Amino acid sequence: MGIYLPIAEISVNIFVLLAMGAAVGFLSGMFGVGGGFLITPLLIFYNIPPAIAVATGANQVIASSFSGALSHMKRGTLDFKLGGVLLAGGIVGSTGGIYVFALLRRLGQLDLFISLLYVVLLGTVGGLMLVESVNALRATRSGAAPVLKKSGQHNWIHRLPLKMRFRASKLFVSVIPVLGLGAAIGFLSSIMGVGGGFIMVPALIYLLKVPTNVVIGTSLFQIIFTSAYTTLVHATTNQTVDVMLAFLLMAGGVAGAQYGAKAGQRLRGEQLRALLALLVLAVAIRLAIDLFVTPPNLYSLSGVGLS
Amino acid sequence: MAGLRTLAAAALLSLLAAAPSAKAQAPLTENIQIGLSTDNVSITAGFSGADLTIFGSLENADTLVARQGRYDVIVVLEGPARPVVVRRKDRVLGVWVNLESETFKNVPVSYSVATTRPLQDVTDPNSYKQLSLGASNLYLQPADAEDSPATIEEFTAALRERKAATGLYSENVGGVQFLSQNLFRATVRLAPNVPVGTHKARAFLFKSGLFIKESSAQLEIRKSGFEQSIFRVAHDYSFLYGVFAVSLAMLTGWLGRLVFRKD
Repeated sequence: MGIYLPIAEISVNIFVLLAMGAAVGFLSGMFGVGGGFLITPLLIFYNIPPAIAVATGANQVIASSFSGALSHMKRGTLDFKLGGVLLAGGIVGSTGGIYVFALLRRLGQLDLFISLLYVVLLGTVGGLMLVESVNALRATRSGAAPVLKKSGQHNWIHRLPLKMRFRASKLFVSVIPVLGLGAAIGFLSSIMGVGGGFIMVPALIYLLKVPTNVVIGTSLFQIIFTSAYTTLVHATTNQTVDVMLAFLLMAGGVAGAQYGAKAGQRLRGEQLRALLALLVLAVAIRLAIDLFVTPPNLYSLSGVGLS
Repeated sequence: MAGLRTLAAAALLSLLAAAPSAKAQAPLTENIQIGLSTDNVSITAGFSGADLTIFGSLENADTLVARQGRYDVIVVLEGPARPVVVRRKDRVLGVWVNLESETFKNVPVSYSVATTRPLQDVTDPNSYKQLSLGASNLYLQPADAEDSPATIEEFTAALRERKAATGLYSENVGGVQFLSQNLFRATVRLAPNVPVGTHKARAFLFKSGLFIKESSAQLEIRKSGFEQSIFRVAHDYSFLYGVFAVSLAMLTGWLGRLVFRKD
């Protein structure tokens, strides 16, 4: 069944979008990520203009992270204070990102920049996570206790000033890296249409040593607001948010997310991380291939100004 | 043949210099008229392209010429004009990057042609160029005229090719049919991604390969109903629209959890 998207200005198949939303929702519920890093490339592969895919992706991420954050709030695995500080940084980063987004669009380099960011970030994060989780899996198999949080061991981040105590996360750490991380995520959110969970989760675990059970809820909490802000700014400055498209993706997404969360509870932490790493790497490789393979059309058209 | 007639008319003029020129052009020249059954077309949610029928008539047609089928009509439906940037990807360190670009002023977003016969049979390439008629002859004005002609030509060709590939520039040979000696019907294609705005329908009359007359009419293409409202709100009340998009997302997330909750 076809449906006309009012902002993207094309007709698409309603079931393809629902299925796309459901599949990504399932994965996002399972891994505790918003799923934006999958939705945006998928929409681009489905011929939605990248600018609209990014803005609408951000809108869709709100629904899945809101739904996920509610579950975590109920279970008490959400650190509001840590989320709040991350958010403060996120708003700043997001504002900067919107400006860069508009600039790149004028220069005609937006698509390339989006792809490059995806490849580099997903490749790095996926690679690191894969190595770590495989090591952890091997350690558990050989009988050693998994060592995730080494409380006595501190890195350079823990020597920075302006320390703050985050009770729910059992953390006493400087606000500088927290704000910086929030800003980086906000920047990516506005340029890539992602919530940034795929970076936030490992960063909180490995850099700030936040306990894994608190990480996902807190990350989702922060993502709700960063992507809500991104959606608002894209809607007002670029008019690229397509609610019809977003709604179809969300409808499929929230359904899939609840099933995914259930499936995720049956897997162990290391296994989850290894799977997520593989998924992230797969997307990175797919996008990298597109950068190097000769495109079917060397020429592209775009409007001057906003559209 | 019509060329001969103009020559003859000119000769007549010089002979009868005192006679008013309008009378000197007798017999009456052919005229063409087109009419649209509606002056606006609405695109709804299920729009996947359509055919638009335009009726037209020939006035003062020469019966003999008509019988021999030497009248040709080309009908064009031209979308609103907008500036367009054409970019070319080139390889930089193995990666394909948009490097060269060329901006064109006033490029019609869509351009559908319907003709009685294949374009090359109607008249010669020069006439098409002069009339700026047909997707491959349409004059596209570069914003920076100082670029090398080869570059401009390359990007112009690319622009036409991309437009044709997306169905926005189309040609319907045989799309114009004479229903009688004076009446014709043209069928032009509206692509699924036809742009909204004021479109211009133009009909060109040719007689034995010579351009005689042009007639035009306007057509408004709009989005209708729900889609139209969304589009309008997104542009006119963009902040409220953004708030709505965010609220809708949160509501969906919350409802989705209530309905599908698994924990």
